Amino acid sequence: MTQILFKDIDTPGLIAIDVYEKTLEGYQALKKAFAMAPDEVIEMVKASGLRGRGGAGFPTGLKWSFLAKDVFPRYLACNADESEPGTCKDRELLMKNPHLLIEGMILCAYACRIETGYNYMRGEFWEYESIMEKALEEAYERGYLGKNIMGSGFNLDIHNHMGAGAYICGEESAMLSSLEGERGEPRLKPPFPAVKGLYGMPTIVNNVETLCVLPFIVRNGAAAYAAIGTEKSKGTKLVSVSGHVKKPGNYEVPLGTPIIDIIEKYAGGIRDGNKLKAFIPGGSSVPILPASKADVPYDYESLQAAGSMLGSGALIVMDDTTNVVSEILRITSFYMHESCGKCTPCREGTRWMYQILSEIQNKVGKPEQLDLLIDICDNMEFKCFCPLGDAAVAPVVSSIEHFREDYEELLGSLKTGQPVGTT
Amino acid sequence: MFIFTETSETRIKKILAKYPEDRKLSAILPLLTLAQDQEGYVTPEAMIEIGKRLDVSPAYVESVCSFYTMYYTKPVGKYVVKFCINISCHLNGCDNLLEYTEKKLGVKEGETTPDKKFTLLKEECLAACCEAPVMQVNNKYHVNMTPDKVDQVLASCP
Repeated sequence: MTQILFKDIDTPGLIAIDVYEKTLEGYQALKKAFAMAPDEVIEMVKASGLRGRGGAGFPTGLKWSFLAKDVFPRYLACNADESEPGTCKDRELLMKNPHLLIEGMILCAYACRIETGYNYMRGEFWEYESIMEKALEEAYERGYLGKNIMGSGFNLDIHNHMGAGAYICGEESAMLSSLEGERGEPRLKPPFPAVKGLYGMPTIVNNVETLCVLPFIVRNGAAAYAAIGTEKSKGTKLVSVSGHVKKPGNYEVPLGTPIIDIIEKYAGGIRDGNKLKAFIPGGSSVPILPASKADVPYDYESLQAAGSMLGSGALIVMDDTTNVVSEILRITSFYMHESCGKCTPCREGTRWMYQILSEIQNKVGKPEQLDLLIDICDNMEFKCFCPLGDAAVAPVVSSIEHFREDYEELLGSLKTGQPVGTT
Repeated sequence: MFIFTETSETRIKKILAKYPEDRKLSAILPLLTLAQDQEGYVTPEAMIEIGKRLDVSPAYVESVCSFYTMYYTKPVGKYVVKFCINISCHLNGCDNLLEYTEKKLGVKEGETTPDKKFTLLKEECLAACCEAPVMQVNNKYHVNMTPDKVDQVLASCP
């Protein structure tokens, strides 16, 4: 099984530059990249088929080629604000292999002719800040960062920047607002960050996992990466498997692996002798699917065809003892809490959904509230300022579609006229 | 009156050097974090001081500060105990664990113990979902939590 991101990740002391260099051909990709023209590196990444691993799945090389021509300085902002419920893959990379990320950031910066990069880490990753700072220091000492890196004439500074607790800052434009010292509110797109990003300059925002793939592609060539996966979904993906499984964990799987194999072969199957009931394949922002869809291959196209999305790669598994409504309520409560309040449909809609779902969960809901929920979702979808609104809608609509009986079970015990919260 | 300590001042120099000279406002979150580390929470006086350093009004500092959940604007206990309550932790029994801890500490979520030692909080996803349920004590992760482990962790807080 090809391991690109998690190869030897549990090697003791891998956070030290010596161990990284010895174990993983660390920083060897730089020499190869510097022998190429920056545009050739972009072409190589395009040819590899790598797509953004943060959630949107946009082709990475193509994103890079959208940078405003000949406008400098440009910036790189690594998105290490991992906050999508169910997702914990970047945390493992950051705490166990920080140099892989630094090497990836250097490669991206060289290809995009960027001389300053920021690694925006969520504030709760406080324990890993010192790991990253130490790794950056080592990279400067070895001459992989700073002026005239390895005699190439290329200069690059990378700084670590800590957030302070806000899910929305994982949205790229909100992250840039936050990095500029503002409230982390999203910005209108276009202009996209590649044209007008950090400090109004062209900026590439890439996820930790995306950047960590680059050393492999540069060392082994685009074809070696493209040989893994399916026709359109290339390479491997880190999948965070959580919930009712025997061995929850982050697993690196070739794209196209059937979901049932990820649950059973990697994560040990459903625990306590129960059966699979439902799963969310790509983090809390994507539609929930029933067990009957477990044979779907884990790749961008197959999941879309099945009515969901690959998202950030968080596979949340629920067994048949679960009432889906209580989990959807929890997710909705999250979106209500994290809505930045900038736009009305999201700010008000998430609150209404939470209120109605709470009533249903407390068995004081009314059957017609299911239609009302759908109506609210309809008034939010594609009408919010940023994707958070759409994200809040997806679990509600899909759970009513696939698990209506769970709602009806709670609505069936309705006692008319009873006030909310008295059961 | 709020004064950054000498250690903080050394760090502030390093922090400011990360951003372009005319973009020092980028340092607002790191400075708020430093102020909170120093005093336990972000005081109004600290906001005034940070505003002066970054050439913005105290009201602006407050508007930014209030956006981010990791800043406290009121005193908290010596140890802030946070439980993740999001879906993966919920599927793994975080509600029972929170209730257990509430009983053990004799406070409700959002409250501080009378001896000012512990503040108990709910937290949204902490990105350690494969090791649920998860708790943080003063930003340090504790994973695969059980009531016994809660006892151990709390007992290890001097």
